[in-house]
Formats: sequence, structure tokens, C-alpha cells
Amino acid sequence: MTALSLFEKIWRAHEVLPETAGAPAVLYVDLHLTHEVTSPQAFAILAERGLPVRRPGRTLATLDHATPTESQQVFGGVPIRIESAARQIAALENNCAAAGVELFGLRDARRGIVHVIGPEQGLTQPGMTIVCGDSHTSTHGAFGTFAFGIGSTEVAHVFATQCLLQRKPKTLAIEIGGRLPAGTSAKDLVLALIGRLGVAGGAGHVIEYRGPAVRALSMEERMTVCNMSIEAGARAGMIAPDETTFAYLRGRPRAPQGEAWERALERWRRLPGDDGCAFDRVLEFDAGTVEPMISYGTNPGMVIPINGKVPAAGDDAFHKALHYMGFEPGEALAGKPIDLVFVGSCTNARLPDLRIAASMLRGRRIAKGLRMLVVPGSQQVKQAAEAEGLHRVFLDAGAEWRESGCSMCVGINGDTAAAGRYVVSTSNRNFEGRQGPGARTLLASPATAAACAIAGRIADPRGFAA
Amino acid sequence: MSGQGAAGGNDVRGVRVIRSRTVVLPAADVDTDQIVPARFLTTTSRMGLGRALFADWRYDAAGAPRADFVLNRPEAAGCGILVAGGNFGCGSSREHAAWALLDAGIRAVVSTSIADIFFTNALKNGLVPVRADAATHAWLMVHPGAEVEVDVAGSVLRLPDGREAAFTLDPFARHCLLQGVDELGYLLSRLPDIEAWETARRG
Repeated sequence: MTALSLFEKIWRAHEVLPETAGAPAVLYVDLHLTHEVTSPQAFAILAERGLPVRRPGRTLATLDHATPTESQQVFGGVPIRIESAARQIAALENNCAAAGVELFGLRDARRGIVHVIGPEQGLTQPGMTIVCGDSHTSTHGAFGTFAFGIGSTEVAHVFATQCLLQRKPKTLAIEIGGRLPAGTSAKDLVLALIGRLGVAGGAGHVIEYRGPAVRALSMEERMTVCNMSIEAGARAGMIAPDETTFAYLRGRPRAPQGEAWERALERWRRLPGDDGCAFDRVLEFDAGTVEPMISYGTNPGMVIPINGKVPAAGDDAFHKALHYMGFEPGEALAGKPIDLVFVGSCTNARLPDLRIAASMLRGRRIAKGLRMLVVPGSQQVKQAAEAEGLHRVFLDAGAEWRESGCSMCVGINGDTAAAGRYVVSTSNRNFEGRQGPGARTLLASPATAAACAIAGRIADPRGFAA
Repeated sequence: MSGQGAAGGNDVRGVRVIRSRTVVLPAADVDTDQIVPARFLTTTSRMGLGRALFADWRYDAAGAPRADFVLNRPEAAGCGILVAGGNFGCGSSREHAAWALLDAGIRAVVSTSIADIFFTNALKNGLVPVRADAATHAWLMVHPGAEVEVDVAGSVLRLPDGREAAFTLDPFARHCLLQGVDELGYLLSRLPDIEAWETARRG
């Protein structure tokens, strides 16, 4: 028997038709997640051809990307300010109703960022294939799934057939040894990894994160790591399921219950890669070397330790990025003033992320003149945070406490920063204009974001013990 | 840039040969947030996204065209082949990037590497993604406006001096481009297999 990797097992279990030289594989999709921004054109393709959604029970829709996070617009009866966003929301409501697709609508207590609610509901389960018209679908790989982002035409393919045409990607094992030092987090780990790999370093590959440092991560931390796999250009990221995975899923609304749970456990325990399974590439990384990280440029590979210096020299892209960011080669970033802090996104807006930020802000105020937005990953996260009083901590510190959504991670819904402003952000992309035309994004962990909010400057979270 | 060409969407007619002058964007890691900034994503249509193409590079804050941006120069008019630095189309899965390029008259993108999701999205819309060898790409980068031929059938790039550079294109993707085969039609023709597979899995 050939020793199979986690990826290979999932791939084989979903091949309706294997790939040949002349045609890609027909790969079955267990779970399809969709949202208001990349679905309307897919529904239009179905309508043009008179095709139904073939397996509506395998799709869940939510509102997150263009959806407002101001309570007034969600619950207060104030019209959604961006008319085109309101039309997208209405379009998804109509399309889902007509197709029989379940939608967590605007005022649904289960609504939230698509990659937060799947795991939260227990819909994301080991061994599945999961797709969504969103590149951060790689998040779900934290549960031992093959999960990847697709375009709107492929969304239509899934609606119409529950399948996709796929060439089999290569595999990259990242073996992570050691332990994350105190004051660092999964976000720092993945930023350091992308810094090492580069933004195209994972292209054409599915990454499996392995090793003791990965086993020690919570599910939320694993999601943070897998989430950013796409920022290294990878097709997907995944982590083998273990007791941590099962403990997270047990009892969740859409997880198997009773006898079905026991049968599922039996299946899931067989998923981890066999001893001696092969990968196309292997990379080793020591978690013990990770420091709190911050980005200095305009892609997520341009990162340095928070007390480090911007590289002294680079290519044209490096100089263009520094020009956009207003930084000089070779300079230190710590101590530089900032304008805004964003705690949110599918990377870092789950309950433990909010707890870390709140623990640092408790009894403190954010710096004068600074603005801070805290946007929970889902309405359930919001409710849980409020039950612990975290919202009070943020509000007392002078931050804004919002309804859930993608918000300033993607800047579609109007939550943006002005040109030239510096935003320390727990999100995943620091591309030019990502948080508004001309806005300058500095990617960091929730702890670093909170430290920067208190200082009003780029600051090391290790100096702000909770 | 001329505004002609496939008007976005899945109007995939057969694409055999694209012969055009090139426009060169001298930047690497061009992400899809640059190709179509987020604020244009609240559309429910595949049409008319040409106006969003590289909007924050093409226009200043007041909406006036920046004369120094390559796609705004007079010689870029009518160019159907975009040559750009490595890792083109990285980042977000937004298919709007492919729709916008097509709507603005771009029919092929040439780079040393093209990000996976953008590559797939381009093919679905008949926009030809060309992963060229480093030497050919380097030549193209310093010869903007070169009259180039992208031969899909032969998977070959023809330079003005007659040199030919092969590029790799998956046989299925090439077949779909040449015949204007739509992949959804292909998948639908496999529905009996899909049904049988579902039944077998249910056991």
C-alpha cells in the first residue's frame, strides 16, 4: 500500500472522474459557501441557461463582504448607505429564495464572515472538499479539508453540477518545530512563513502545515495560519485533524450528533497522512524564532520583526512599495505614528483574537486622535464577546464596536481609511488601496494591533503585558 | 486600450491567434485589487468593468487620467496583449479582474508566472494567460509596442523578428480556447457520472 498524504486521501475520495492527459479531474464539492459579492454573476449564468441549483442543500449563503457593520444600517432601520451594496444584498436574498439555498440573512444571529461561520456552525468537517468565491476559503483547511477559492464562473459550475474541473495540485509540507515564544501568535507565525516563502512561493501547491508547533495550536490559531496560505500563492493550506479538531466540532449545530458523531470520528481519525507519505516539496521552520511581525510594504511577504528594520535595498517593486508606504530603506518602524487600528477579518476576528486585544486594552485608553474599529467575525462571536463584557472594554478604551462583516479587510462596504493614513490591521492583505485608495496597511497580530492602539505608534506588544 | 473586444462575461468564442502590439506594465506581483479596486465590486453584472481597470493607477484622486501610466499613453490604444511582471493576478479570487481586462480590449496576458485563481478565471472567459520563459519575457518587458502573435493552437509566442517561444497550456484549456468550448457544458455532459458517484457514495 502506498503511503498517502492527507491531501491525497481527500482528493481520491472526491474524484468523480480522474484526470487524464486530455482532461482535468471532475472533483466533487461537499460544501459550497457563497456571499453577496461574487455570487450574482454566477446566478446570472444559471439564469441565462435555465439551469437550477442542483444540490441546494450543499450551499450556505451569508452576507459579509459589502454588508454594513454600523448597527444603524443593520438593525436600526437606516437604509444601507451604499445603494449598489443594498442591491447586491437584495439580489442574494432573492436568488437564495428562488433556488432554495439557505441564507443567513442581514439580521440573522448566525450571520458573519463566510469563513468564520462555516466552522462555527460545525459545517466545516474533516475530509471535506469546500469551495467559495473567495480566496480565503483556505481557512477551512484548518479542519483537515481541501478548501480553496474560486471565481464566479466556477461558482456557477458548482451550483449547476456540485463539481469542478481540477488539475491535481502539487503538495508542500511545512514542518514546524519548536514552540511559539511568549508574546507571539499564530498570525506572527504565518507572517514570518510568508516572509520566508514569498508571495508566489506556494504557487501551484497545497500546503500541509505539520509538526509539534502546529499540533499545539488551537483551532482558531490553525484557521489564522491556513487563512493566509493564499498570501503565499498556495492553492490551499491544510492541517491534519486531531483531538483539538474533534473537541472544537463536538456539539456544534451542524456537526454530526450521537451515533453519527461516533461514525464520523472513526472516519476522521483515518485522515492524517500515512507514515512516510511523500510531498513534492518539504520546508522546515522553527516556531521558536518567531517574533511579533509587522508588514512594511504592499504585499504580505514584505514583513519584518516589530523591532527590526526595513531592508536596506531591494528591487523596483521594493522601492515602489516603500514610496507608497512613505518609508525609507533601512529604517526602523517601531515608534512611527499611526492613524487607525482595525481588529477584524476572517484572519483574526474570532473570540480568542478579541480576548487578546481586550486583555491589553482593559483599563487603558487608545491614543488621542487615533481611531480603532473592532469588527467581530460573526454575530455569534459578537454575542459571545458581549457576554464576557469585551465590548465594554473596547468602548471604554475609545474603540468602535461593530456588527460582523469583512469591513476594513476589503473596504467594499465603505469602511475605509483616507489616503496616506496608516492602519495597523489584523487582516490579511496590505495591497495598495486595499483599505481605501491611498491608505497604508500594516499587517499585524491582534496583540500588536492593541499595543499600537494604546501607543498611537507602532509598538511591540511584549511591552504591554495584559 | 480601445474598449472593444469581448464585453466581459462568458462570451467564449474560439480563440486561435491573437496578433497585437503589446502594452507593458513594468510591475511584479500585480494583485487583483490593483486590476479592479474593491469599490467596483458591488456590481451584479459582468459587463462594463473596463472603467474599473487599474483605476487607482490610471486616475488621480480627482478622477483625471495620469498621463504617465502606461495604459493611458496614446501608443497603448488598441493594444490587446498585456505584458507584466511575475506573479500577475495574485490575491483575491475576483473574476472581475478578467472581465475588466477583456472589457478594456486585453485578450492575452503574458508574464513569467500567473497566479492560480486568476489563471483559471482568465481561461473561463477566453482571456489567454501566457506563462512565458524568462528570456522571452525579459525581451518583451523592454520592447513595449512590439507586434506579437499569441498562437493558441501551437502554444507559441511569435516575436516580431520571427523568433518563436513555446509556452505551456494545459491540453484541455487549449482545446476549450480553440473550440470555444464552455467548461460548464462539458461538466453538464458528465452529470450521469456525477449522479452515479453520488449514489455509490451514499452506499
